Amino acid sequence: MSTSDWPLWEVFIRSKQGLNHKHVGSLRAVDEQMAIENARDVYTRRSEGISIWVIESKHIHASLSSNSESLFDPANDKVYRHPTFYDIPDEIGHM
Amino acid sequence: MSKEIFYTRLADNNLILGHRLSEWCGHGPELEQDIALINVALDLIGQARNLYIQLGELKGVSEDEIAYKRDAHAFYNFLICELENGHFGTTMMRQFLFDAYHNFLLEQLTKSEDDFLKTYALKSIKEVRYHLEHSKKWVLRLGDGTQESHDKMQEALNLLWPYALEFLAFDKIDEQFLDTDKLEKSWHRSVKEIIDEATLNIPENTWPQKGGKKGNHTEHLGYILADMQFLQRAYPDAQNW
Repeated sequence: MSTSDWPLWEVFIRSKQGLNHKHVGSLRAVDEQMAIENARDVYTRRSEGISIWVIESKHIHASLSSNSESLFDPANDKVYRHPTFYDIPDEIGHM
Repeated sequence: MSKEIFYTRLADNNLILGHRLSEWCGHGPELEQDIALINVALDLIGQARNLYIQLGELKGVSEDEIAYKRDAHAFYNFLICELENGHFGTTMMRQFLFDAYHNFLLEQLTKSEDDFLKTYALKSIKEVRYHLEHSKKWVLRLGDGTQESHDKMQEALNLLWPYALEFLAFDKIDEQFLDTDKLEKSWHRSVKEIIDEATLNIPENTWPQKGGKKGNHTEHLGYILADMQFLQRAYPDAQNW
């Protein structure tokens, strides 16, 4: 049984009600059921979670780092996209 | 007295099987399964500990005194718990046979008139349901897998089945705490169902290998205890070491 036969899975854990599932790491498993069980054993042994999502890593498509200039740099000089130019009335308090 | 014996049997099964499983630490076939096996080992040792603490209160001694200072003949675990691990398939087959028994046993104890056992069972059964799910899936996966994995699982079943029959060697003490007929039927039915589904065959015309719950053990227990009790024996109460 060599590890390379087992597909890689990405694991997402919801730590408590109302929060998002967050990526915590990856693991190997033969199918989705085993991936959830392995995730339970590997990533929730210290009560880290109440819900688990797994997805086979090959289904995740990522942006290329070689594109990062054209993807992300143009946003840097567009400060007007942040709603920081409004005066908030005192009655509203902290937002 | 019969209460102490019954508690000791439950505790010793958990401790000795937990210790055996812990030997997989660092040797599992996959990192994830290594961790899974050790989680089960820790659950079992934790359950044993709860029972030893309670036993210690009944007898007025410490939990360590009971776990670490008895010799083999005073241990009442089933023989199957002390057998060597064999390969991963053998370990999972033993685990499945035991987990199925353990699950039905605890299910009954959640309705026990003994308050301690009831609380103990309600807490432990959550862990054991997961153990059973885990070992059951491996028996199905490997039994109904490749020809090689199938043959290895059948060998494992042939080896372990006579030992598993000790689960059903009930005596008067068990009858005080359990509906033994019901336990036997539910274990047989559910085990047979999974073994069938895993395309394996339960061996026929076998003779139960028993004696563990009365203190008559295989040679393996002596080695386990030598390993497990060394520190307590060499450095009593681990005061100066």
